[in-house]
Amino acid sequence: MSSRFRENLEEALFPPIVALLVALICGDLLIMSYGQAPGTVYRLLLEGTWGNAYGFGQVLYKATTLTFTGLAVSIGIRAGLFNVGAESQLAAGGFLAGLLGLTLSPHIPGIMAIVLCIIAAMAGGAIVGAIPGWLKVKYGAHEVIVTIMLNFIVLALLNYIVAARLHVPETLHTPEISNGAIPRLESFIPAFHGSAANLTIIVALIAAALTWVYLFKSKRGFEIRAVGLQPDAAEYGGVSVGGAWMRAMVISGAVAGLGGINYVLGYKHYYEEGFAGGSGFLGIAVALVGRNHPLGVVLAALFFATLSQGGLAIHAFVPKQMVEVLQGVVILAVAMSVPEVRAALRRARKPAAA
Amino acid sequence: MTSPPNTPGGREEFAIRMEGIDKTFGAVRANRGASLEVRPGEIHALVGENGAGKSTLMKILGGLQKPDAGKMEVNGRNVTGWSTSEAIAAGIGVVHQHFMLVPTLTVAENMVLGMEPTKGLRFDYAKAVADVEKLSAETGLAVSANAKVSDLSVGEAQRVEILKTLFRGATILVLDEPTAVLSPPEVKELWTVLRRLRDAGGTIVLITHRLDEVIDISDVITVMRAGQTVDRLKTAGTTPAQIARAMVGRDVVLSSRDEASALGTHPQGEPLDEPGFHPSDDMTSAIRVNDLVVMGSRNTRAVDGITFSIRPGEILGIAGVEGNGQTELIEALAGLRPIASGLMRCNGHDVTTESISGRRDFGVSHIPEDRHRRGLILDFTIADNLILGLQTDYSRRGILNGTRISENARQRIETFDIRPPSADLPARALSGGNQQKIVVAREMGRPFTILLAAQPTRGVDVGAIEFIHAQLREARAAGAAVLLVSAELNEILALADRVAVMYRGKLTKVMPIEQTNEEMLGEYMTGSRSETAA
Repeated sequence: MSSRFRENLEEALFPPIVALLVALICGDLLIMSYGQAPGTVYRLLLEGTWGNAYGFGQVLYKATTLTFTGLAVSIGIRAGLFNVGAESQLAAGGFLAGLLGLTLSPHIPGIMAIVLCIIAAMAGGAIVGAIPGWLKVKYGAHEVIVTIMLNFIVLALLNYIVAARLHVPETLHTPEISNGAIPRLESFIPAFHGSAANLTIIVALIAAALTWVYLFKSKRGFEIRAVGLQPDAAEYGGVSVGGAWMRAMVISGAVAGLGGINYVLGYKHYYEEGFAGGSGFLGIAVALVGRNHPLGVVLAALFFATLSQGGLAIHAFVPKQMVEVLQGVVILAVAMSVPEVRAALRRARKPAAA
Repeated sequence: MTSPPNTPGGREEFAIRMEGIDKTFGAVRANRGASLEVRPGEIHALVGENGAGKSTLMKILGGLQKPDAGKMEVNGRNVTGWSTSEAIAAGIGVVHQHFMLVPTLTVAENMVLGMEPTKGLRFDYAKAVADVEKLSAETGLAVSANAKVSDLSVGEAQRVEILKTLFRGATILVLDEPTAVLSPPEVKELWTVLRRLRDAGGTIVLITHRLDEVIDISDVITVMRAGQTVDRLKTAGTTPAQIARAMVGRDVVLSSRDEASALGTHPQGEPLDEPGFHPSDDMTSAIRVNDLVVMGSRNTRAVDGITFSIRPGEILGIAGVEGNGQTELIEALAGLRPIASGLMRCNGHDVTTESISGRRDFGVSHIPEDRHRRGLILDFTIADNLILGLQTDYSRRGILNGTRISENARQRIETFDIRPPSADLPARALSGGNQQKIVVAREMGRPFTILLAAQPTRGVDVGAIEFIHAQLREARAAGAAVLLVSAELNEILALADRVAVMYRGKLTKVMPIEQTNEEMLGEYMTGSRSETAA
């Protein structure tokens, strides 16, 4: 039992580590091609992120959103669905949360307002997630196509609503919300001063824990995973395949939508056009590197957040686009190393097992 | 251990010579010093239980896998660890269990795929057809070059596969379980073809675990067990019991009817407990089906008005060549496919429109025909697979009860002797026979009154067949009604109390087993005799 647990752990951890090493080597070459010393640049990258409270706060802030979108994508993948629509689900969640925050009276208790806004955010994402789910179940429309198209439609629609009705003149955002703001970390730990990190991070960790319970400990999760691995066998097991898909898309959308509160309630206190900024798409990479496991997703989110924030720290030496190249290298390396590294591990274990 | 026949000089020409082959996948040692020696112009049977390493050895021969250790010669040339293209160029042709044909292309197109004749820049289809027809006439393998592969019967598709390898110049033909999908007449036809190829100088390696076939067709037999070559026998003078002992490594204790099944001989018309058989009526039947119509994938009536009933404590066998509506029938009865018209009753209740789990609650258990597609989730653990379909019973307020799931797994693994006995291993890691035992353990380990058993022993080894047959008999003795659908006539003859043949969606008259024999059922199966149910 414990030895199998160790094997599973090794097989889960080694591929990303190998991928990271590959990415480091590619990074070395890139940095040297700019005439800089890799050691210096990496040191700066770490100092600018984990090395000071502000940088670390920014990492936490970015990791929070990525945790939500990474969880959303991985829930879809567990059901055998590739949800490429986390971007618009995130935006829709943030929009509804912001809209409700605008209309709520400042007189109702803050905690209640936050809960209501959280529900609104989840509803926004869930609605956007439900559409591709429903179209797939009802008409067999492929969720990848539908979610991609829906990204354009939903983002354009939100932009229109904001531009036509809600924006503050000369800006792309709505007025500040009147209630439902989530406190920043700096109000508890002054060292975080200036960073966007806020208590949404706790919501993200709760979401990760609940996702784990749902996927691996609940009956519905059992059914969703069965559908994701072998729909015919799941159907044989009395699972409604369409029902499981629908459920997975709604939950996936809701989790992505929940991510919207990080910016809207926790950071800026208003909805702004384009606030998602690709976090929905990066969620795909987070899910991939995190191996579709909630714990892996949290760690992968921290990793990608570090790269993203670190890009700003090293901008003086190398273009910050370098970290985007590195992100790409990591994703490719993980995708390729997963089966390879696992096979190598098994070979290495062979003498012991035989 | 019979030593390989050797000439005094010690150097004999072998078509294939493999020695000391090792191959490991993860924790599984598929081959451990396996050896194989095949002389040109012989039909060589490679036999062994599931997971004995036969297929792996042949994959190594065909270049699909590289051996970890060992030496391999083809026609005297050292070819250890070669690639598939090298193997094909050297005249090795492998016909896989699952056909590698493109269903939407014609026979001729499939045949020339990858080496298409061209006229200028264009594909010369007429030449392809002519080539195929020429080869077909030369070898006596009748195929229609212009037919679409999706329209062919399984037997025809297999002929195309064989012809395809010959078209690529194969002189050494490897067939992996070629008869698993064929009807008895088609098997006879295949034997004729193989003998003709051998007489023309071809070398044939036949992987199988059906001993009657081995005796029928082969010249030499190599027996494998647990990755090793344990015996090499000349077929002449060898008895099936000898082979079975070598395969299993112990004497196989089978009841007389089981033995008949495993050995492929005809059962000796054992008298049943009740000589005067009365057809079951509505009151006493556990399952009753009236005028059932089920639509197939192309909107055809795959099941075309079927009526039958099964009493408690009775096994009804449905024989027939695959693809005559058996799959649709079983799926409809299990609730996986809608019933277009007709009626289905379980223990008196109308379940025609019940869901899959609803039918389970009415006492229906179902061993599906394809354990890899339906019966198991290969990446789930054994424990999780053992509760597939029962997840509601094993959860409380939506949360799975881990303690009860592992307790259930422990019991089932022990009772049904699932190996290796570790509940947290994925089902994928098990051999075919043990995977099937998971399905059987789940479906028969809980209370049930009706069992739908579709091809329950397909692709499992002698030991597991023995075990599963015993389970089915036990279920009958315990009063369950069993619907046994099998393409193995021997299995039906060994187990069923009554039998009917399914042909083109219709059922022949249901007959008591002692009034039938293999020839007669074979005629029904091929449609040369028809007498539909009254």
